[in-house]
Amino acid sequence: MKSIYSEEIIEKIAEKIVEINYKLPDEVEKKIEEAYHREREKYSKKYLKVILENIKVAKENKIPICQDTGLPIIFVEIGLNVKIRFGKYKNFDEVINRGVEYGSRRGYLRNSVVSPIDRINTKTNTPAVIHYFLSEGDKFKITIVSKGFGSENVSKIRMLNPSEGKEGIEEFIIETVKKAGSLPCPPLFIGVGIGGSFEKSAILSKYALTKIGENTEYREWENRIIEKINDLKIGPGGFGGDITVLDLKIEIFPTHIAGLPVSVNICCWAHRMGSFEI
Amino acid sequence: MKKIIFPLRKEKDIEKLKIGDEVFISGTILTARDLAHKKLVEIIKKREKLPVNLKGALLYYTGPSPKPEGKIIGSIGPTTSKRMDKLTIPLLKFGLKATMGKGERSNQIVNLFKKYKVVYFITYGGCGAYLSQFVKDIKILSFEELGPEAIYQLFVENFPAIVGIDIYGNDFFKRKV
Repeated sequence: MKSIYSEEIIEKIAEKIVEINYKLPDEVEKKIEEAYHREREKYSKKYLKVILENIKVAKENKIPICQDTGLPIIFVEIGLNVKIRFGKYKNFDEVINRGVEYGSRRGYLRNSVVSPIDRINTKTNTPAVIHYFLSEGDKFKITIVSKGFGSENVSKIRMLNPSEGKEGIEEFIIETVKKAGSLPCPPLFIGVGIGGSFEKSAILSKYALTKIGENTEYREWENRIIEKINDLKIGPGGFGGDITVLDLKIEIFPTHIAGLPVSVNICCWAHRMGSFEI
Repeated sequence: MKKIIFPLRKEKDIEKLKIGDEVFISGTILTARDLAHKKLVEIIKKREKLPVNLKGALLYYTGPSPKPEGKIIGSIGPTTSKRMDKLTIPLLKFGLKATMGKGERSNQIVNLFKKYKVVYFITYGGCGAYLSQFVKDIKILSFEELGPEAIYQLFVENFPAIVGIDIYGNDFFKRKV
């Protein structure tokens, strides 16, 4: 049995959410640098240069990379042998949300969370969207994605016919990126969730975004899709260049004999994420 | 590189701008995004007086992050312009001369910008930290209760942008690459 104090979780979340908004993961920055060297179209190359300069300014001046500091998405992996010692806040969602709130205030992140219909700002950047996964032993891992909404807005889910198969999946992904055009701040990171149910595929697609830069099972297929997307010549900023996608990750889960759910979660080049374990 | 000052004094200044031109914007510009646009349009519908002067104005689609202590401003990059397309139409009669954001816009907007002689500037999406360096002063003008969605007045110096739609009906996103 491992004991973790809720105060420690609050503090670690607060630190991490600030850190990821000031500095992109190394693998994300590396992909952007590679894109800058490969890009040939004039305006697109200039944009990639400005992006690299922006990353530098944010890091050095300690201000957010983008003014849209995102909707906080939190993945919690918690082993059944972990015991949470609660302090001031008595439930786990509350602990996470206080971490997000403190970090957002301390790091001057924008309060971007509102009630959906009346559009009243909660002024705390909470509630975060939280996904829990039970894990074995005493594992305790939190992954945070600060998800920009310019790209979230053009993400899509579709229930394909089982017979549409691999080809249908590729067509749907490409159609989604094409339709998104310049709107989501390309070059993009793309998470694809295949299988499960309606909601399972969507969660998988978001989870896939946390696997950027990793060499996972479907690398070959992912690379093929990346090539096809780059052939669209949307390019950085939608300016018509060579690099439309920086990386694409696929997550797969078994599904029903009658269905083939596919979710395509689009993320801008400023893919802000990070994780910690206790 | 062309330089341009807002609020626009002479129509001539935007007549020389063509899609793809890289420009440096200086002077006083206004911010407005989704909710501020919605409020302005409601005021126009009620035939009440607008709280801001749009004559010759540049509207920048952005909601800045909070100002850290000891700094002039937080991060202040563009948001997706297309969401503002429909809400821009009622503002055109009030002398609006330019808008700035990121991404493509509708054909209707391209046509209306030709009719009303309005320019659309694209600036660098996601680059709010970089762009904050060109903002020298900020103050709240209207709708303070909207927080990041309020209308701010910005004083900018050599703010970098690209002409996305010119007054001759050309669209940067439809050009031949």
